[in-house]
Amino acid sequence: MIGIVDYGMGNLRSVEKAFEKAGSPAVVLQEPDRFGDCSGLVLPGVGAFGRAVDNLTRAGMKRAVLDHLAAGKPFLGICLGLQLLFSESEENFGQDSVPGLGIVPGRVRRFGPDLKVPQIGWNQIHAVKNDPLLAGIPDKCYVYFVHSYYVEPTDADWVLTTTDYGPDFVSSVSKGPVWGIQFHPEKSSDIGLTILRNFGAIVDDYHPGS
Amino acid sequence: MLAKRVIPCLDVKDGRVVKGTNFVELRDAGDPVELAAMYDKSGADEVVFLDISASQERRGTLLDMARRTAEQVFIPFTVGGGIRTVADIRDILKAGADKISINTAAVQRPELIREGAEGFGSQCIVVAIDVRWIPQAQEWQVVTHGGTQETGREAVAWAQEVEALGAGEILLTSMDTDGVKDGYDLKATAAISGAVNIPVIASGGAGKLEHFRDAITMGKADAVLAASLFHFRELTVKEVKEYLIACGIPVRPAAEGVDA
Repeated sequence: MIGIVDYGMGNLRSVEKAFEKAGSPAVVLQEPDRFGDCSGLVLPGVGAFGRAVDNLTRAGMKRAVLDHLAAGKPFLGICLGLQLLFSESEENFGQDSVPGLGIVPGRVRRFGPDLKVPQIGWNQIHAVKNDPLLAGIPDKCYVYFVHSYYVEPTDADWVLTTTDYGPDFVSSVSKGPVWGIQFHPEKSSDIGLTILRNFGAIVDDYHPGS
Repeated sequence: MLAKRVIPCLDVKDGRVVKGTNFVELRDAGDPVELAAMYDKSGADEVVFLDISASQERRGTLLDMARRTAEQVFIPFTVGGGIRTVADIRDILKAGADKISINTAAVQRPELIREGAEGFGSQCIVVAIDVRWIPQAQEWQVVTHGGTQETGREAVAWAQEVEALGAGEILLTSMDTDGVKDGYDLKATAAISGAVNIPVIASGGAGKLEHFRDAITMGKADAVLAASLFHFRELTVKEVKEYLIACGIPVRPAAEGVDA
């Protein structure tokens, strides 16, 4: 089963419906004690990094997400959910840097002042490695982005795709059972649905201890 | 590279598409949700719903439409028309819309833009600006109510003000070119696009392929919007996209096989 983590950071209806449309039904979870039932976990979200960390922690979900990751089960972070995988964000929240989940070494940075921020619209993803999440996805296809911050992993092994917005930035990461994508698959039409279906297949193929 | 967007707009009244359409293959061509889903399949980058209902029940009908759209359409969609308060904005976003568009209410009370942006993020606040060239003043001025009411506001300054208040995008319609099919208002679009650092969607006047190109190359628009041209299939989203790509403009290609 795929669980979508609802921690009060945005409307998850589109994500839920997109999984359904893709043929990989997922359930929205508000109680962390149900995370253990899920082979796959999806962490979506839009909004402020600091508030997201706060919400996750207060709901007891940060621990449950970390347990899921520690168990080596498939995980997909979307947009803010990707950024939360990182060690820290420079997003201002009364201090200079807010600690994230610390799964991916690196930080979350704001786009420079010479760019239109947020980046809103369709942009291309260029895969730098083969990955089951992108099975059947042509290189340089367009997906939908809405974001003011981008991730900067310090370890190049994590980089899955890059995207050109002025300079190139890392638009998705993957390693082992962990994936994070900056764009919105639930708003990326057929390409997005294919990516969700691929994640569904990854979750179906997952066996504990494998 | 960030693509230029092609956006069909649906005028909706009491939950139905106004004027009907030429889409014979649709079960119900008057259902805005079914039409939007078809535009999604055909390669539209977004869909805008503009509600022109005047009835008392409009709110419920509109929210229901937004909910059904969020279940069946997997590209971003914007809902505009009659939005006056932060509660209106919240309800529509909660129903599943990605963005809301405000026009008259923003002119009457600009603080609504700031309240919306602070509450929900700039990315979901589109400010629609209707303009007309005023020869005596030698400037574009903001008009409302389909161009029937003048506000006396100079349009470029208003565009800069809405950006400062937190608008994420501007949907610019020129009353001088709207409905004439003789091309977008390139001068007004370029003047406003050059004065702000948020995306500008050009609207009003598309009649042939070259008009879409000119709005982007000469009008400096980030997105091009059209309504009846698409509904009556004088041009399809796919034709427009293939043409723009041939012109060397970065555009997300339309899907194979669905020409709508």
